[in-house]
Amino acid sequence: MNIYMQTLKRDLRIAIRNPSSVLNPLLFFVISVSLFPLAISPEASTLMQIAAGIIWVTSMLSVLLSLNALFHYDYENGVLEQMVISHHSLPLLILSKTTAHWILTGIPIILLSPLLGVLLFLEGDSIKVLMFTLLLATPSLSLIGTIGASLIVGVKNSGMLLSLLILPLYIPILIFASSAVSQAQFDLEISSQLYFLSTILIVSLMGSPFVSALALKISLE
Amino acid sequence: MWKWIQAFASPQNFYYTAKKIIPWFLYPFIALTLVGLYWALIKSPPDYQQGDSVRIMYVHVPAAWMSLFIYVVMAVAGGIGLIWQIKLANVVAVVSAPIGAAFTFLALVTGAVWGKPMWGTWWVWDARLTSELILLFLYLAYMSLNNAFDNPKTASKASSVLAIVGLVNIPIIYYSVEWWNSLHQGSSIGVTKVSMHIDMFIALLLISFAFKFLYGVLILMRARDELLVREQNSRWVKAVVMEGKNND
Repeated sequence: MNIYMQTLKRDLRIAIRNPSSVLNPLLFFVISVSLFPLAISPEASTLMQIAAGIIWVTSMLSVLLSLNALFHYDYENGVLEQMVISHHSLPLLILSKTTAHWILTGIPIILLSPLLGVLLFLEGDSIKVLMFTLLLATPSLSLIGTIGASLIVGVKNSGMLLSLLILPLYIPILIFASSAVSQAQFDLEISSQLYFLSTILIVSLMGSPFVSALALKISLE
Repeated sequence: MWKWIQAFASPQNFYYTAKKIIPWFLYPFIALTLVGLYWALIKSPPDYQQGDSVRIMYVHVPAAWMSLFIYVVMAVAGGIGLIWQIKLANVVAVVSAPIGAAFTFLALVTGAVWGKPMWGTWWVWDARLTSELILLFLYLAYMSLNNAFDNPKTASKASSVLAIVGLVNIPIIYYSVEWWNSLHQGSSIGVTKVSMHIDMFIALLLISFAFKFLYGVLILMRARDELLVREQNSRWVKAVVMEGKNND
């Protein structure tokens, strides 16, 4: 457990010293959300309907952007190889990197979402639901994304490839999360969507560190 | 048993055995296609609602079945290759991907052609169509990951991991009919009862078996080529190439 906290602290400290790698995906998130009213319509009634979808799609894309850096620097300076050959459990080390990624991208996205929700004319209760779905599902985004990032560690020009690999796997999350918000806007029952999101979270929490460890070993050999 | 599998799965042995097996798949494929087409286009009755356009089903449904079946084969073969390090399993997984993608594409296109006269639209965003589209994306992701590595061994291992992760998608596709209700009709073939005309069912069965044999033929042919490329430094491949030259 100690090594988990140590790696987590190390990753967070690196991020604080190099803030642009954390801030850029968030800036992308805010800017791209604000493009939609300009492109579609500034009407409150239109934006209200598509707000959940816009926020969910753009948060996925910004998570995807930040995933490129997840293993990149550690791979370049050799830390990743040391992790693989160290006597510590590799899945645990990866899980702590994933946690750091979620703290640095997931939590800021959750905190920014009410602001963007207001900009897109979401009402108070729907914003709460939106934040709750983000809280429930952004960890899954980080966990599933880690698998993709570890598959392509050694590949050059991997940016586009990562989105090809990961976006199809994100689709179920997108469907359940955005349908939860739009159902909540009509005061409909949303517990089944939340159950599915929790299931996806639990399954990816159990599976992702081990699959990512396997993938890292393959792509580093 | 294990020894027998190892002997069969050795690249050199497979290369020659596959050549002998190919006709066993090719001729049933041709025969089943001819009989199946007769049954589908002539023998089976037009649908009482859909008329003759129901005949698109005889390509659409078997292609959709194949798209799922091949994905499962690909993921299982990839898993076998990862666990037991059998070269042939990796080759089977890699060469299955384009075939599966082609069947998925075929299912989507025939679905669109069938949807236009029946539903009045080429495409609806319902669960089955969407998940078939996701399946196509998964195939494309698998292929592009496979192309991203220089070393084919690393490539097939990495893409096998992706295939197994993507296998989560298969149950979503399968059960999506029950989860969401939509324009898409539920499946008419259950385990116990068949709610369609018996001639229609026979035609459907014939074509779907024909597709299975076609997959067999294609996989054997492509696996032989892929083996030659992967084993290009070994002695038996040189012997094969020399043999080919002498015959010319």
